[in-house]
Amino acid sequence: MKRRDFIQQTAAAASLVSLGGLGLTSFTSKPKKITILHTNDVHSHIDPFGPDDGRNPNKGGVARRASLIKNIRQENPNTLLLDAGDIFQGTPYFNYYGGELEFKLMSMLKYDLATIGNHDFDNGIDGLYAQLPHAKFDFVSANYDFSNTILDTHVKPYKTFIRDGIKVGVFGLGIQLHGLVDNNLYKETKYLDPTETAQDMSRILKENEQCDLIICLSHLGYNYKHLPDKISDLKLAETTKNIDLFIGGHTHTFLKKPTVVKNIENKNTLVNQVGCYGINLGKIDFYFDIDKNKSANGTSIIV
Amino acid sequence: MLCTNVVKSTMLLRQTFHNIYMTYKLFTLLICLSFLTACKQDAHLYKIEAKQINVTDSLEIDEDIESFIKPYRVQINKNLDSVISYAKETYSKSDGEYNTAIGNLMVDAVYEQCNPIFKSRTNRDIDFVLLNHGGIRAIISEGNITTRTAYEVMPFENAVVVAKLKGEQVKELISYLVTEKRAHPIAKLNLVIDKDDQLYSATINDKPIDYNSTYYVATNDYLYNGGDRMNFFKTNDSLYVLDYKIRNVLIDYFSKTDTIAPKQDNRFIKIK
Repeated sequence: MKRRDFIQQTAAAASLVSLGGLGLTSFTSKPKKITILHTNDVHSHIDPFGPDDGRNPNKGGVARRASLIKNIRQENPNTLLLDAGDIFQGTPYFNYYGGELEFKLMSMLKYDLATIGNHDFDNGIDGLYAQLPHAKFDFVSANYDFSNTILDTHVKPYKTFIRDGIKVGVFGLGIQLHGLVDNNLYKETKYLDPTETAQDMSRILKENEQCDLIICLSHLGYNYKHLPDKISDLKLAETTKNIDLFIGGHTHTFLKKPTVVKNIENKNTLVNQVGCYGINLGKIDFYFDIDKNKSANGTSIIV
Repeated sequence: MLCTNVVKSTMLLRQTFHNIYMTYKLFTLLICLSFLTACKQDAHLYKIEAKQINVTDSLEIDEDIESFIKPYRVQINKNLDSVISYAKETYSKSDGEYNTAIGNLMVDAVYEQCNPIFKSRTNRDIDFVLLNHGGIRAIISEGNITTRTAYEVMPFENAVVVAKLKGEQVKELISYLVTEKRAHPIAKLNLVIDKDDQLYSATINDKPIDYNSTYYVATNDYLYNGGDRMNFFKTNDSLYVLDYKIRNVLIDYFSKTDTIAPKQDNRFIKIK
C-alpha cells in the first residue's frame, strides 16, 4: 500500500543546552523502540464481515487480528496493546454471552489495557462487573468516579508499564454518560471534567511517575464539527501538555493517518483513531535514544 | 461543593496507586545502580512512526483463536441463520438527510406491530412514532434477511413505550427535531423545514397539530429516559410499557413480510 509520508520536525531548544555536557556523551547505546498497538469500538465484532456485507466485506475478525499482533510482538517484544472502549454491543455474541467471549479473546490476544466506552455499560454496571473475571487485562478511567458503585477499586485512573527501561504511562478518559446511557445502567458513576482530569494526569505521570511516554486512552470522540463546545480528542490535545499520544474512540472515525496537533505548549502531539469493528489496527512506534548527543535533533513524526 | 468531594476521592485513589508505584520505583532504582550510566540518562523520544494496518482476508487466521470461538459461533448460528424476509436493496442510515428508508422501515414497523397492542389495552391509537437516528446500528444488505439482521440493526435491548405528551411537549419535540437536523426516524408525524432551517409545517396523521390536545407517542425506553437529550419526554405523567423489544418488533415484522422495500419519502424534508 502506498502511504503519503511527511515529516514534522520539532525544535527541542532546551535539549541543545545539554549538548556535549558532563562527558557522558561518549556513551552510545542502541535506540529503543516501543510499539503501541490499538483498537477502538470493536463492538463485539468477533467474526469478520461476510463476503456479502454491503459495506465492509471480508474485513475485520479477531482470529486475523490475533495473527497480526503475534507477528508484531515477535518483531518487537516491547509492544503494548490498548483498546479505547466500546468493546461490547453490536453482534449477537454480546446478546448471547454478555461480553464473556470479547474479554476472553482480548485476554488471549494479550491486551495490556483498555478504557471504558458508553456501550460497555449496556448490560448495566453490574453486567460489566460480572464479566471482569474474564479479562486478564486492566481497565483505566481517570474521569469516571466509581466510588459509589460496584466497580469501586476495580478501575484505576492510570497504569504504568516499563518496557526495555522505558516507562510508559497510560490514563483513561470516558465520555459524559448523562443523556447517552440510561441512568439505571451507569447508576452512581460520576463524570469528572476531562480537560482538568487530563491536565492532572499528565502532571502526575510526568512529574511523579517520571514517565518517558504518556498516552491518553480516550472514549471522548475525535471531533464534533456541529457541537464546537463539546469536548473531543482534538480539543483535549490542544489544551493539555506532556501527552505524546491520544488514542480515541466513540465517533468511529476512520483517519487516513494520525492527526498532528499543536498542544498548549505549541509542541506536536498525535491524535489517532482506527474506525470501528476491528477493521483496522493502529500501530505507532516510538523510538527513544538515551545518547544525549542525538537528543538535540528533536522529534520527527512520520505519519 | 459536591464536585470537590469527588475530586478529593479520586485524588485519594490516585495517591494509593502512586504509593504502590513509588515502592516499585525504589526497587527499580536499586537494580539500576549497577547500570549507573544507563540509569542516569533520560530517554529522549526522537522519532515517531505511525501506520494503520487493515485487517483483511490476506492475513493468516490464528487457529487457537478460531477454535476457541467456534463452539460459541455454532450455538448462536443455530438460532440466527434462519431466513425470515428479503431486502430489495441495501439500506443504510446515511442514505438521506432528513429521512432514510431504513429509519422509515423501523418506525413504520413499530407502528404496525405496536398499535394493535396499544389499542387493545387502552382503546386508543398511537398518534405518532419517534426513534433516534443513532439507534440504527447497522445496514440492511440486499438479499436474505435473517434473525441476525434484526440483531445487527437493533443490538440493544430497548423496548417500546408509549408516552402521553401534552401539546407543549409535542412543540418541544418538534423544535428538537428541527434544530437537530438529523434523520431521526418518525412515523405519522410530518415535518417540513424551510431553507432557513425554520419549521414550515407540521402535521400529525395528516392533520394540523392541536397544541391544546394530548398525543400518544411511541418511542423506546432509552429515549423516554432522556437518551439523545430528548428531554421533552421527561415531564410526562402517563407511560404505557408494552414489554416489546424493538428487535423483536423487527423480527416479527420481517417474518410476516415477504420482501421489504422501504423508501425515503416526504415525512421529514427541507425545502431547497
